[in-house]
Amino acid sequence: MMRAIILAGVAALSLTACDDDPTSHQGGAAPNLPAPHRGLLPDMTIPRPAVWGNDRPTVPQGYRIDAIATDLRIPRQTLVLPNGDILVTEGTGGQAAPRLNPKAFIAGIIKSWGRTSVPGGNRLTLLRDADGDGTYESRSIFAENLNGPYGLALINDVLYVANQDALVRFDYRPGQTAASGPPVLVTNLPSAINHHWTKSMTASPDGRFLYVGIGSNSNITERGMEVELDRAMVWQIDPATGAHRPYATGLRNPTALTIQPGTGQLWAVANERDEIGPDLVPDYLTSVREGGFYGWPYSYWGQNVDTRAQPQNPERVAAAIRPDYALGAHVAALGVSFSNPAMGAAFADGAFVGQHGSWNRDTPVGYRVVFVPFRDGRPAGSPIDFVSGFLNGDGNARGRPVGVSVDPRGALIVADDLSNTVWRITANR
Amino acid sequence: MVAISAPASARPIHPLYAILLAFPLPLFLGALLSDLAYRSSFQIQWFNFSSWLIAGALVGSGFALLWALVALIRGGRGRGKGAVLSFLGLLAMWVLGFVNALVHAKDAFAIMPEALYLSAIATLLAFVAAWAGYSAHHTRETA
Repeated sequence: MMRAIILAGVAALSLTACDDDPTSHQGGAAPNLPAPHRGLLPDMTIPRPAVWGNDRPTVPQGYRIDAIATDLRIPRQTLVLPNGDILVTEGTGGQAAPRLNPKAFIAGIIKSWGRTSVPGGNRLTLLRDADGDGTYESRSIFAENLNGPYGLALINDVLYVANQDALVRFDYRPGQTAASGPPVLVTNLPSAINHHWTKSMTASPDGRFLYVGIGSNSNITERGMEVELDRAMVWQIDPATGAHRPYATGLRNPTALTIQPGTGQLWAVANERDEIGPDLVPDYLTSVREGGFYGWPYSYWGQNVDTRAQPQNPERVAAAIRPDYALGAHVAALGVSFSNPAMGAAFADGAFVGQHGSWNRDTPVGYRVVFVPFRDGRPAGSPIDFVSGFLNGDGNARGRPVGVSVDPRGALIVADDLSNTVWRITANR
Repeated sequence: MVAISAPASARPIHPLYAILLAFPLPLFLGALLSDLAYRSSFQIQWFNFSSWLIAGALVGSGFALLWALVALIRGGRGRGKGAVLSFLGLLAMWVLGFVNALVHAKDAFAIMPEALYLSAIATLLAFVAAWAGYSAHHTRETA
């Protein structure tokens, strides 16, 4: 493994030199899918945490980036409220996932090398820029003692929070800086094991439904098929009753959901399976079709069978939908938000995608926020770096982007769960 | 007893080495049976059993290997061909068992069919190493 890390370090240096993008051939509607491959040891490079100092992430010419909140406790997703306040979920989950084999013990230690040492806040923080000058001068704890909060949605005067084990709600009045009472349970969410614990969420445009993304309970069924009941799917939930039904299935880990302006269509970013090669399987951005099945665990990117999942199910494989747009394997897309004209002409039509970054690949990928251009409501063209430079020259990570939110007034809000910062990117005026 | 006529070479196997040498055969055999059960049932718990049995076999036989190596280096009486064979058998088994552990670190059915072959060969080598190890002392004693 040391050899792999050193090699990757060399590779990363040479990449910075020639500015090659190892994932460029992997993007778009028809990604290149090599044959599955896994050596005796899995490929791994864990960029170690580093500090920003006076540096800042890189943004396009004509844009600026500011840290509007620092020293948070693992910020994950953000929600821009109608009055411009920003809510941030902070926390961590998945603690209950049992380690059932020797590999799980070792992998747990290795993955922890790339994470912050700050404990998760399990709370909501509210950021406010009262005078609109771009400085979020006041900050308050909106709610605490939550359990792995992640997804956020506001429907009229009710704020919904997707904890790792339950959907809860708070009454919300515009201008409020702290919840008026404890959270009220709407419905429990699948939480046994919780290998992929994050519960992403968005609301339908008419406010009748909430959509909640529930990740699989394994990489590729290595915890058994039985524990995948109610996993790797998007639930549609009636917030009035808490009743739910599967809206779309076979999405391995749908880590962020959002509604496309204009069409009202539900879109998701999802993280695909590991350990069949550095360029498999691409994480993706896709419109989510009602009743659609997206392949996991039986196949990927349509009908490419994954023989690790046994017993196989040929009928399900035949029904598997190909996602709309590949983002590249192992980039770990964790945030998605559609843009609007206030973001500037070059970035007006498309979606921003936060990429947490790889650990299970020799040459790190991700560690950036990209802009996926759209035309006529569909992705069109290669992703463009919008916020980058999270890896420093030594291949260490100064930050890792998670949730992204477009502020209708023309700003991109990016949560960074390694430097525990919320970044705000705006066009220079 | 015949042993009385050959007191110089009648060194019984050290109990601790005997205990360590007893580790790998049942554990690798258990891993082989668990692998077979996983292949036919797809029940992941057999896979987990197999992973831990291999880990246990490697720990126990790792110390046995160390012991055998030290004994070989120190030489002296009662360390003949059988001891060398036992050491080489243990060494081959341990290396193969380690590869087997790496194979068992793959996910779900990705371990098949290599896991089966490796567990079977490791079991066989464990048998050879144990047989040779115990015989080395036994034959001396009764010679």
